[in-house]
Amino acid sequence: MMPDASDLGAVWLTLKLATVTTLILMVVGTPIAWWLARTRSWWKGPVGAVVALPIVLPPTVLGFYLLLLMGPNGVVGQFTQWLGIGLLPFTFGGLVVASVFYSLPFVVQPIQNAFEAIGDRPLEVAATLRASRLDAFFTVAVPLSKPGFLTAAVLGFAHTVGEFGVVLMIGGNIPDKTRVVSVQIYDRVEALEYANAHWLAAAMVAFSFMVLLALYTLNPTGKRK
Amino acid sequence: MFRTALIALAVLGVAGARAGEVSVAVAANFAAPMKVIAADFEKDTGHKAVTAFGATGKFYAQIRNGAPFEVLLAADDSTPARLEAEGAAVAGSRFTYAVGRLVLWSAMPGFVDDKGEVLKKGGFRHVSVANPKIAPYGAAAVEALTALKVGDAVQPKFVLAENIAQAYQFAATGNAELGFVALAQVMKDGRIRAGSAWVVPADLHRPIRQDAVILDKGRGKPAAEALLKYLKGDKARAVIKSHGYDL
Repeated sequence: MMPDASDLGAVWLTLKLATVTTLILMVVGTPIAWWLARTRSWWKGPVGAVVALPIVLPPTVLGFYLLLLMGPNGVVGQFTQWLGIGLLPFTFGGLVVASVFYSLPFVVQPIQNAFEAIGDRPLEVAATLRASRLDAFFTVAVPLSKPGFLTAAVLGFAHTVGEFGVVLMIGGNIPDKTRVVSVQIYDRVEALEYANAHWLAAAMVAFSFMVLLALYTLNPTGKRK
Repeated sequence: MFRTALIALAVLGVAGARAGEVSVAVAANFAAPMKVIAADFEKDTGHKAVTAFGATGKFYAQIRNGAPFEVLLAADDSTPARLEAEGAAVAGSRFTYAVGRLVLWSAMPGFVDDKGEVLKKGGFRHVSVANPKIAPYGAAAVEALTALKVGDAVQPKFVLAENIAQAYQFAATGNAELGFVALAQVMKDGRIRAGSAWVVPADLHRPIRQDAVILDKGRGKPAAEALLKYLKGDKARAVIKSHGYDL
């Protein structure tokens, strides 16, 4: 059985979710990574640990708490209702919020590592040349950390595409809104439609391999010019 | 002290030799009564039922791929029949252990009236329902909505759960104002536990027959046969009825 409209809809939705999530994460993650890389504050440990939590927590834990927090009795849910945007579970916006949390470490950590690898020296030199801190950040730190940004964007995107447990917990499986590829595959398997499941599952394997291959070929670690 | 322990060990050893263990895959909607029945079963027969709760479709895939379950208490009658036809279950062991009742439920008291008029009135954003493609309670909900002629209005508000337990979870957390769940999930001691509910009349959908069957791995096992016999007994039937199933 060839992929049908619901399969293609799920693919399109997944790409949209991963793109939006990655863009938000690059904007939100960069300042967090910068702060974590430069700070000598006592807070570095706790903040770094919170950022890394999604790596070790089962997605069901994240999904369960998001469902409670974003529900009508949760803090976030009451806030979003107060804002007039209603409740987030079962919406595309809700999936974006969940994905941002879920993929945060995969974006913050590569950027943070890249910033740390620069060291103090280039920034001190920039300062002696009277570059402002913001100027030095954009003209020195960011260009030197380009491989880190590339890794962060690719991993953030790929990790969001591979998301399943959190979406299952808060998505509600609505076509074109919250039914992403991983959930669609799960449904196909549950409904014993193995042929359709194979199409999507094989595509996921190919996609993930290509992404990682591109990452490791274009961006070899340990060899920096 | 030491001697008492030795005697206890010996007694346990003897009991262990006679009593067996049976591994049971149980439909998510039957979790509550099964916990009671499993405890009674162990007390009355000495056999121990080790239970796993989940979606029947998933159990099917696992059983076909060698999962070590010996008995299946399905949420439908087609899965056990299919397993039997495929030779993965013991022929002739199949029987209906419960007939499920569908209920429209809300965590909010007073939200659901006792005629289900809320479905026509509207005023809700989401209705959680177990995926009708894979879950019998979901399919029954769609049939009931069609019979009430509100299918087109209500179905766009569906949020699909992977099984009836998740359908309940969406409604219990208030994220879906309404949910089609199993009466067994919201009933305790013969009454609705919390929130508000409308028990969907049984003639609005095909009966949700839930069948049990002994699987290939349970063939000839006394504990498996004892469990099915126990499910047919008066004590288990009373438990099943008190949880909101027809028989």
